[in-house]
Amino acid sequence: MAMVINEEQQMLKESAQGFLAEFAPIGEVRKQRDAGSETGYADNLWSQMADMGWAAILVPEAYGGLEFGHVGMGQIVEQSGRTLTASPLFSTAILGVTAINQAGSEEQKAELLAAIAGGELTTALAVDEKIHHAPTEISLTASAKGQGYVLNGSKCFVADGSTADKLIVAARTSGDAGDINGISLFLVDRTVAGVEVERTQMVDCRNYANINFNNLEVPQSALLGDEGRGFQALSATLDVGNAYLAAELLGIAQQTFDTTLQYLKERKQFGVLIGSFQALQHRAAHWWSEVELCKSVVLKALQALEKGDDNSPLLVSIAKAKLCEVAELATNEAIQMHGGIGMTDEYDIGFYIKRARPAAMLFGDYSYHGDRFALLSGY
Amino acid sequence: MADLQTFRCETRDWLEENCPPSMRFPITNSDDSCWGGRNWIFKSEEQKQWMERMAARGWTAPDWPAEYGGGGLNKAETKILKEEMARINARSPLDSFGIWMIGPALLKFGSEELKQQHLPPIIRGEIRWCQGYSEPGAGSDLAGLQAKGEDKGDHFIANGQKVWTSYADKCDWMFCLLRTDFEAKKQMGISLVLFDMATPGVTPKPIKLISGNSPFCETFLDDVRVEKNQVVGDLNKGWTIAKYLLTHEREMIGGFGLTDAGSETLGQIAAKTVGVEEGRMNNPLLRADVLKWEIDGAAFALTAERVTDEVKSGHGVGATSAMLKYYGTELNKRRYELMMKIEGSDAMVWDGANSNGGWTPRTWLRTKGNSIEGGTSEVQLNIIAKNILGLG
Repeated sequence: MAMVINEEQQMLKESAQGFLAEFAPIGEVRKQRDAGSETGYADNLWSQMADMGWAAILVPEAYGGLEFGHVGMGQIVEQSGRTLTASPLFSTAILGVTAINQAGSEEQKAELLAAIAGGELTTALAVDEKIHHAPTEISLTASAKGQGYVLNGSKCFVADGSTADKLIVAARTSGDAGDINGISLFLVDRTVAGVEVERTQMVDCRNYANINFNNLEVPQSALLGDEGRGFQALSATLDVGNAYLAAELLGIAQQTFDTTLQYLKERKQFGVLIGSFQALQHRAAHWWSEVELCKSVVLKALQALEKGDDNSPLLVSIAKAKLCEVAELATNEAIQMHGGIGMTDEYDIGFYIKRARPAAMLFGDYSYHGDRFALLSGY
Repeated sequence: MADLQTFRCETRDWLEENCPPSMRFPITNSDDSCWGGRNWIFKSEEQKQWMERMAARGWTAPDWPAEYGGGGLNKAETKILKEEMARINARSPLDSFGIWMIGPALLKFGSEELKQQHLPPIIRGEIRWCQGYSEPGAGSDLAGLQAKGEDKGDHFIANGQKVWTSYADKCDWMFCLLRTDFEAKKQMGISLVLFDMATPGVTPKPIKLISGNSPFCETFLDDVRVEKNQVVGDLNKGWTIAKYLLTHEREMIGGFGLTDAGSETLGQIAAKTVGVEEGRMNNPLLRADVLKWEIDGAAFALTAERVTDEVKSGHGVGATSAMLKYYGTELNKRRYELMMKIEGSDAMVWDGANSNGGWTPRTWLRTKGNSIEGGTSEVQLNIIAKNILGLG
């Protein structure tokens, strides 16, 4: 597959640019924050996105979706990184669709995927239990009881966890924390008794939650996939999620670069434009070079996932690790090159650094993916 | 597409039949490369066979026009040939500044007469070329060059000193930048000329590098006769061609950052040398450096691929050669710093059977020049800042 986007994907990218500029520009982030928004986005945003077809992009045609693929969806997510647009797109249309499509029964897929594609159902993926990503370290238990299960334990850093209709919960039905076998996925309504959701205030002003499950009884039908064999679907979902987090970070790295480059061409000190200083030119040129590398790893990871390549996990970890590194460089350089104004809340650059870190941390940062890349490479 | 599939099958069969077994290993020693030329002594019968067989098909220069002896392949076919060669680890049949640099310049700027004269012997590996660009007083500021060509009617008389001339002592012809208009502004009075290294007055003198090897020379020009018909393009317009050639050179040197197909990766070498327990390399700090290099190396290789695909599909400006040169050479320096750490005290051995003649330390030292030759890293960053980012 040539490493370029095709005409249809280009059209989707342009339509995303237009939509986001009109309905969810960077100013919207400030507005939502200042209003103390529960969700992090405007009330009608998700229905507008669903009308654009974005909720259905990854849903197979057989379940009423567009089946347009990861490279196309990646264009939207990259653009939403440029505008820092929060929405249920990631947790629902990407993670939810992938987990249900990977693990769900025909009945579950038919019902849930159609509901997501129509913009009627939102989901959140609850994986981690400690401060660092560790998808095999699942301690939350699901014990068999009668025809169903009882869930006990807690989850943290659940993106969209305080707003989603349904939670997809990684639980342990056998084995010990650290085992790949014995992990099962459950679909749980967020608002039922036994689910205690505490919204956490995070640096990016999006909604996340810590969630306790206290003797929550669920029926057999809540199980997503086979009991004890949920890790494969979970891992595949995390790979998809990480590729899109890398795409979002790419949008952030590019937008902060564009904004900073513009500033270098406007700001004068010592009577000249600061962009005429070689000390800044070389740093800008290095930063630009790093962003070029980032474009390649993100596109490659999305293409590999779209084709179902065996080396997708490796390519996803390359992309996420590289983007964690470069998004950190980009947001730090953006503030430094802006000088004092970059430190002010009034200026937008601050929103980018505050989104870049949680996006990097979610589902594994540089250390996690660097380690995973090496393990997959045999060292 | 069906045609390309046929081409792939035929190419695969032909390579299978014609690429000798000993030519199917990655090059681990600079002596393994085949440079051709009048003075070339083939290292083996198979090296000779491989070069001659490929040259006969024009595949030493696969995308050059068939009328000059090139392969006449289009971009898609050239890519297939590269892929099929990589598939069997076939090494390059001929390394050549003729193919990489002066050939493309002649195809773009040269007269029909010059193309007919010079391209076929380049393709056949009969004439080895060197580049006369830098001078003692003109390094990063190349356009400040002083070697001059005085007009003597039907010829020029060249005088001056060139430096960093690759393998000048082993080469047959030089493409050389001379100042031919002494009044004009510095970029405007330069011409690109060609002459035989056997011409009286041409004296190459090898320079010994910190690696102990001498891949470069100083070349002294004392009253060297250069024929008028050996000027490439227009007189005094050589700077345009020089810049075009520098772009090629940057791309070539930037390629040093790529791991050759079939070669062991840095991670594999490190794992084998340092040892692995429970899936992780024994030295955690070295492991962190190695994996970071491998991630950057993969990202760089994918970028080289993406840039090629973007140019081929005709959209996107793509990353420029300056970025590839900058990043690739810095990457290659990092790679050999890590190789030194991986191989420990063995890497300190300058000479000896166990260290392959000191290959690791000598290559490590040689890579220090990667970010200097063909325009320093700092010059590449200047080019990116000015030409791409518009910072003045």
